[in-house]
Amino acid sequence: MIKFILRRFVVMIPQLIILSVLIFALAKAMPGDALTGQLASNPKMDAQTLHELKQKLGLLDPPYKQYLHWAGGLLHGDMGMSVIHQVPVTQLLAGRMENTLILSLAILILSYMIAIPLGIVGGRWTDSWADKMVVGYNYLTFATPLFIFALIMLFIFGFVLNWFPTSGSVDIRVEDGTFSYYMSKLNHLILPALSGAIVNTTVTIQYLRNEIIDTKIKDFVKTARAKGVNESKVYTQHILRNSFLPIAAFLGYEIVYLIGGSVFLETIYGYPGIGQLFIASISQRDFSVVTALVMISGLATLIGTLLSDIILSAVDPRIRIE
Amino acid sequence: MSNQPLLELKNLRTSFRINNNYYAAVDDVTLTIKENEVVAIVGESGCGKSALALSIMGLHPQGRTKLEGNVNFNGKNLLSLTTSEMNKIRGKDIGMIFQDPLTALNPLMTCGRQIEESMTYHTNLSSGKKKQKALELLKKVGIPNPERTYKQFPHELSGGMRQRVVIAIAIACEPSLVIADEPTTALDVTIQAQIMDLLKDLQRQMKTGIILITHDLGVVAEMADRVAVMYAGEIVELADVKTLFKNPLHPYTRSLLNSIPSTASEKDRLHVIKGIVPSLQNLPREGCRFKERIDWIDDHNHEEHPILREVEANHYVRCTCYNHFHFPEEIGDSKYVVS
Ligand SMILES: Nc1ncnc2c1ncn2[C@@H]1O[C@H](COP(=O)(O)OP(=O)(O)OP(=O)(O)O)[C@@H](O)[C@H]1O
Ligand code: SF4
Ligand SMILES: [Mg+2]
Repeated sequence: MIKFILRRFVVMIPQLIILSVLIFALAKAMPGDALTGQLASNPKMDAQTLHELKQKLGLLDPPYKQYLHWAGGLLHGDMGMSVIHQVPVTQLLAGRMENTLILSLAILILSYMIAIPLGIVGGRWTDSWADKMVVGYNYLTFATPLFIFALIMLFIFGFVLNWFPTSGSVDIRVEDGTFSYYMSKLNHLILPALSGAIVNTTVTIQYLRNEIIDTKIKDFVKTARAKGVNESKVYTQHILRNSFLPIAAFLGYEIVYLIGGSVFLETIYGYPGIGQLFIASISQRDFSVVTALVMISGLATLIGTLLSDIILSAVDPRIRIE
Repeated sequence: MSNQPLLELKNLRTSFRINNNYYAAVDDVTLTIKENEVVAIVGESGCGKSALALSIMGLHPQGRTKLEGNVNFNGKNLLSLTTSEMNKIRGKDIGMIFQDPLTALNPLMTCGRQIEESMTYHTNLSSGKKKQKALELLKKVGIPNPERTYKQFPHELSGGMRQRVVIAIAIACEPSLVIADEPTTALDVTIQAQIMDLLKDLQRQMKTGIILITHDLGVVAEMADRVAVMYAGEIVELADVKTLFKNPLHPYTRSLLNSIPSTASEKDRLHVIKGIVPSLQNLPREGCRFKERIDWIDDHNHEEHPILREVEANHYVRCTCYNHFHFPEEIGDSKYVVS
């Protein structure tokens, strides 16, 4: 197991190198550079100063040198400076990363809390009225785009009913680390998390429901019934356990997907996470931040895949990794 | 063999709903299994053998299955029991062995736990006692290393070993009746013989009644006390094993005996008889159900639905004109001669 994980990490190295080259090339190919924005806000800057600034930032070096400089920095955890915010990228990311992780985790937990019971009801009592409602709910959430749904939720619960704050991740007036600080964080989390969770339930419900329908006619379920196992235990011990396999296997990808999918939610809810930062940095041409974020999401995808494999091998005895 | 009836099927009819109509897959089956008796049920694929077995166990999908008649066991009609009453009988008094050991075991549970599970529902044994008993059972069904297999998952075992585990599950609570639905069909030929030997040994030791569903007439000859031949949901001939092999009276039985394969590779083929068993919806419900598959007879009236008649002591035949035929002595000659 340890060996397997180590080996997977070794395989990740060339993948990450290729990814970094691609990202770097793309960033270079984009029109404008970090100074274009500053130039616009400061039209008096003359050509001489501009040249000096570029030289100082290494923007005039040959590309491979720039790449090596950038990639070398990455290895030391140095992702460069944000030209816009004038702070190291790492520092800029730290707090936002935490926010995004909290939001993603909240979405994940909430969506399982909704999807698992609904999937079980639909799969166990197929074609009952309850199942029809689950299927109807699923069509609805499938057809509703996240950003529209999030806007509606924000409008109703944020602006009209005034139940929840409409932007930010915490009230700036409360003191860090106090009880009311955490309550405020929670309060800011509920609306974006709930919107994300509801839209995110579709796949889990669909998978679980189908899996239960497939599993409940399997032979081993007949064996269990022939042993005299009662109906509820037939479900918990035999059908559900087997039906959860694909969902468990999907968990790793799901986390990555949610982190990536936070772009819309964070923008709409003004939630200061990496998704919102990503959009802002692109429009401000803050490339060191953009490249850092793409690099991080690439790494997260690889780790998510690995995580899924590890989870699957933990829950399914037929899959052994060594 | 005592003469106490263990299980009595009376006019059992099992129908499935297909497009809002009910079609009988098991029709008017009357059959008694005595204590410690092995009754074989033979017949081509699709003639309703598994449907019969599952009707006894009450394992058909509820809602679209209609069960009529009586299944009397221990003084109760199983068809009138609730699911929870049935759960007290399933696994305890009646055990079931399924056809395919590759799919009959839960892939996520160790073999040991799957054996213990039936004890959990039918006994008050402590977990230590259950484990001890599970190990004994594994030994009893011929698992070479019970301690090891106890902890193994099904996919770690070969097909033959898995079928032994399935058998261990079926006999865990020492049932008085075991239903074995083609217990060897899915296995290699060499393994088939071992599993049949095991079943035979266990049956002698434990004095269980067995309903043995099989395609394999060799197995029937070796193990069964009585044989019921099924065709299109009905029993067409019922006799003790010697009589049936020596003096088969129904044309269908004759054809089955003629189609005993001579080589192992032919074993799964019982299609030597012209045509195939019709599907449920296409079953002829009027007249004799077998008539379409007999092309050598047209001068008798077969438009009447024959009843199962006792033509000699304990020998039942469902054919109006069995006594018009003169069967040639030698099995292997497929020509029937009408006298
Ligand atoms: N749950 C069900 N719903 C509808 N039709 C069914 C159902 N179970 C069985 N049948 C039909 O009933 C008939 C008898 O099936 P059954 O499985 O009992 O045959 P069998 O004799 O066991 O055949 P085999 O040797 O292939 O196992 C078949 O036509 C089958 O399609
Ligand atoms: S009754 Fe007639 S058709 Fe039916 S099995 Fe006998 S001979 Fe054949
Ligand atoms: Mg069958």
